[in-house]
Amino acid sequence: MDATTFLVQCLNAVQYGLLLFLVASGLTLIFGAMNIINLAHGSFYMVGAYMAYALAPWVGHYLGGGFFTTLLVGLLLSIVLGYVLEWGFFSLLYEREHLQQVLMTYGLILIFEELRSIIVGDDVHGVATPDWLSGSIALGSLMTYPVYRLFISVVCLLVAAAMYLVLTRTRLGMAVRAGSVDREMAQSLGIDIDFLFRVVFAAGVALAVLAGMIAAPVSSVYPGMGNQVLIICFVVVVIGGIGSVRGAFVAALLVGFVDTFGKVLFQEAAGVLVYLVMAAILLWKPEGLFRRG
Amino acid sequence: MRMQVSSRQAWSSALVVAALAAFPLVGGKYEVDLIAKILVLAVFALSLELLVGQTGLVSFGHAAFFGLGAYTTALLLQDPDPRPFWLVLAAAMLAAGLYALPVAALSLRTRGVYFIMVTLAFAQLVYYVFHDTKIAKGSDGIYLTGVPEFSVAGRVPFDITRPLPFYYVALGVLCLVFALLAALSRSRFGRALAGIRANEQRMRAAGFATYPYKIAAFVLAAMLAGLAGFLKATRDGYVNPEMLAWHESGAVLLMIILGGLGKLRGAVLGAFGFVLLQEFFKNDAVFGEFAKRWQLPLGLTIIACVLLLPHGLIGLPARLRPRVHRDG
Repeated sequence: MDATTFLVQCLNAVQYGLLLFLVASGLTLIFGAMNIINLAHGSFYMVGAYMAYALAPWVGHYLGGGFFTTLLVGLLLSIVLGYVLEWGFFSLLYEREHLQQVLMTYGLILIFEELRSIIVGDDVHGVATPDWLSGSIALGSLMTYPVYRLFISVVCLLVAAAMYLVLTRTRLGMAVRAGSVDREMAQSLGIDIDFLFRVVFAAGVALAVLAGMIAAPVSSVYPGMGNQVLIICFVVVVIGGIGSVRGAFVAALLVGFVDTFGKVLFQEAAGVLVYLVMAAILLWKPEGLFRRG
Repeated sequence: MRMQVSSRQAWSSALVVAALAAFPLVGGKYEVDLIAKILVLAVFALSLELLVGQTGLVSFGHAAFFGLGAYTTALLLQDPDPRPFWLVLAAAMLAAGLYALPVAALSLRTRGVYFIMVTLAFAQLVYYVFHDTKIAKGSDGIYLTGVPEFSVAGRVPFDITRPLPFYYVALGVLCLVFALLAALSRSRFGRALAGIRANEQRMRAAGFATYPYKIAAFVLAAMLAGLAGFLKATRDGYVNPEMLAWHESGAVLLMIILGGLGKLRGAVLGAFGFVLLQEFFKNDAVFGEFAKRWQLPLGLTIIACVLLLPHGLIGLPARLRPRVHRDG
């Protein structure tokens, strides 16, 4: 592998890892802070990708189009979706055992898949890359790299930085951290936990939807795409340590690199490599890399 | 009091077995085939119930052992000569058990959600071995060309791959596995597993080395899953890597949660409930045009089940009975 190929693969690994981080960070917050195992989190990613496909003509017609307008509309819808879902469904799950949550959120996956099928159908669709991002830049003398993939990485990094600032520098972030350590204590200190969790959940949904929307032009949209992402995101969450956003960030990049270079170097064993790494890490550190608290 | 309850349970179990045994007399070919499929899944579900319900170890990789049993069966039946039923059966269970031993030894070092994920990892390992290498034609899967020959004293009373004999063999295996696990749960070993589920710290304080007990439970559960895999391969005459995929591990886990954890009957009920609900909502004689939207009512029903029946389908009779306050 020469230096340019290596660079290209590194960029791919970073891009894939950062995208995983967007989905996994919401999953780890909902899991760690709210103590809910949400199998339907992959469905939010799927919803996002289908929004990128289905909203574009609508936005083009009513709002004059534009990639960012579509993103913005999708994000607003996803926040509403997350808020309503927490209020109407997930708030029923807090008092339940983990395995009951597994069964209920599995039921939710089925509902999402069928609604998707009713609303947009079962076909595979491509999503156009916006014109101003559709070029490539030259790497070395022979290779080029698509601008859109760089754009994905930049967006993800900006979101990660924003999350870091919100969680560590604001009162809201402080309340989230307090609530995830001890729900009742935080409540008795005057934090409105119910509202807080609704906000966290809506943010988690928005992150997954955003990931789906910006990934759509690269991955295209297809039925069942959420379930593929779900398992790998659980792997990320567990490697990083449940509830740790920082852990999810490191783990997502690790998974991105292992998967990307696994496909290049050991084609035969590519799929299994991520799982082997996870097993090795958990046998070494049984509670993930960044144990919370 | 206790005697009365257990004799009532024995009667109702006998009644269910009798009804299942009589079913082929009234059911059509499709229905008999469907119930046979569920009987195999019920054996699979029972094997996981030993881990999840009886010992409190939630495994998300149980399909690996199911698939290993099935693949061992298929690989042993690659030439047209029949092979002895018992030999193939034993090999399938042994293969599953042999893989389970190191998996258990390693994954039992973690607990909770981390245990769930490590068992998934080891299952994915097997999945990719069969999916990406040429051991058994990769993702295409392989057909069984031979049959496991069931012979008694040199005679072959029936061909196990035919629907009706298979139905009764599956029913017999299910009864045997159920009886074995029921006897086990009343034994000292079973009590130790129940103690581990309730409070492992206390079991250790009481002087039990819990680790070997958990390994034994894991390996036994894997061997029973291998048995179910053997039945599945024999019935289908075909195996492919999807049998080992995490969807399969997830589905069997959903079955036992739906049926009700902690009770062996719950696992069997869950297998029946899960498959029959799907069949019901897919039935276009009942739902007409809406039958192809079966996922929507199934999802809603599953959610309603958890909300209304926190103890699973097994809790339904208690839920329907008028509530009487019991003292003492």
